[in-house]
Amino acid sequence: MTSLIELKSVSVSYDAVNAVRGIDLSIKDGEIVALLGANGAGKSSTLNAIVGLAPVSAGKIIFDGTDITDFSSETLAPLGLTLSPEGRRVFATLSVEDNLMLGAYSVKDKAQIKAAYERVYELFPILFERKQQYGGTLSGGQQQMLALGRALMCSPRLLLLDEPSLGLAPIIVEQIFELIALLRQQGVTIILVEQNVSMALNIADRGYVMASGKIVAHGDAASLSDSTTLENAYLGAE
Amino acid sequence: MDLFLQQSANAVALGGIYALLALGLAVVFSIMGLINFAHGELMTISGYVLMYCGIAAVPFPLAVILAIGAAILAAIAMERIAFRPVRGSSGATLLVTSFAIAMILQMLFQNLISARSQPVLLPAILSESVTIFGLIIGVNKIAAIISTIVMLIFLDWFMTKQKTGIAMRAAAEDFSIARLMGIHANTVIAGAFALSGLLAGVAAVLWVSQRASVDPLMGFTPVLKAFIAAILGGLGSLKGAVAGGFLLAFIEVYLSAFLPHGMQEFREPIGLAIVVLVLLFRPNGLLPAKTLAAEKV
Repeated sequence: MTSLIELKSVSVSYDAVNAVRGIDLSIKDGEIVALLGANGAGKSSTLNAIVGLAPVSAGKIIFDGTDITDFSSETLAPLGLTLSPEGRRVFATLSVEDNLMLGAYSVKDKAQIKAAYERVYELFPILFERKQQYGGTLSGGQQQMLALGRALMCSPRLLLLDEPSLGLAPIIVEQIFELIALLRQQGVTIILVEQNVSMALNIADRGYVMASGKIVAHGDAASLSDSTTLENAYLGAE
Repeated sequence: MDLFLQQSANAVALGGIYALLALGLAVVFSIMGLINFAHGELMTISGYVLMYCGIAAVPFPLAVILAIGAAILAAIAMERIAFRPVRGSSGATLLVTSFAIAMILQMLFQNLISARSQPVLLPAILSESVTIFGLIIGVNKIAAIISTIVMLIFLDWFMTKQKTGIAMRAAAEDFSIARLMGIHANTVIAGAFALSGLLAGVAAVLWVSQRASVDPLMGFTPVLKAFIAAILGGLGSLKGAVAGGFLLAFIEVYLSAFLPHGMQEFREPIGLAIVVLVLLFRPNGLLPAKTLAAEKV
């Protein structure tokens, strides 16, 4: 099977800082892949680079056979590629419904939009109950659901999740992970950046471990959980 | 009491114009972080279109549409030619760019049209007045009040019910994430400028219909006032722009009506002192924008 997305020696630099240094990633259709590593390892920068929010200084990003390295952010949602960003970043001054509506901004087909609403409201009944409420008045867990729902509104083929469990109560975290499993059944390919390593590896097919902007290990989720590479990556040992 | 009500009506009419102008500044600021000081020149362009239409005996309603349309087109052209190349630059760069555009347009008006004030032919009915509940109110003032209300209702509908308006609010809050949804930066920014042009055009028609003249610097003073109003209300906040516009107009009109004769020359400083006083207690303005801290492009 060919890759849905492929990163070929991609680097990301912010002025003098090299956040990502020539990494290679390859993700197949239908996989859940965890991207792990300590703070500052370059995980978020990698996701942001894929969606055009961080500058790619070298390398190539190929999505479904198309070179999207230089594509601007607004052209990616129509291709079926979107990000649920770190810190949720829902539109606080917009209603829940308007947040979701903007998630489907690039979708022209009315029937498809209607189906997307139904799917999101079915996954998150709470959002339907709160649809007139402002995004900023939701609890942290509900905001995370809104951020996920908003990302799902464009019916993505590849969904990038940046720390979906950040700052949430354990019971909400479990709900979020159950949902990720459900999305896999629905055929969504997912790249998951997560601090909660054991839960991430539990759900993922494969994992990549990053340290100082490089990939230091990759393999099956099961073999990564057993190896010491992970500990070393987090503790900074070479 | 009569004088008080009379002056209040005047203040509402003037406040409406300030509110429309302040809204135009706020719409662009909330998205781009730019205070467009060339906003006044959009007004002046509308004023000259009204003048030429008067000379060419174009029916007044058509002249109004042409004048407003000219301001919208000029605003879009301004964004495309001058602001797009410097998009994402520092606030100072954007500010200086807007001053440069204002200067260039003022010079063009002076050299191509006339440095002096030109009369604008208006329908006679605008200078008449009617008596409502014992108050004598000019038709032009009533037109200003009604137009303001219509524009505010339209703007509210556009920003809360229309997809483009909602996308503009989202972009004002978090531009990167809005782009991630597939909202094109160019669409949103050009839309904000078009909207500010519409507001400047309507304000210009109302302004000119109370003065019946136009000169190259016509837009400068009202836009300066609108800038004060926008700060008073909370920079980048649409509700704040409206509140600030009306508050500033009330302060000005009441001071000019009720300040003793000997004190009249201190009218402007006293008015501005009140503004400073309000800002001392509410440094972010009356109704600050929730999204003020958001990243601008």
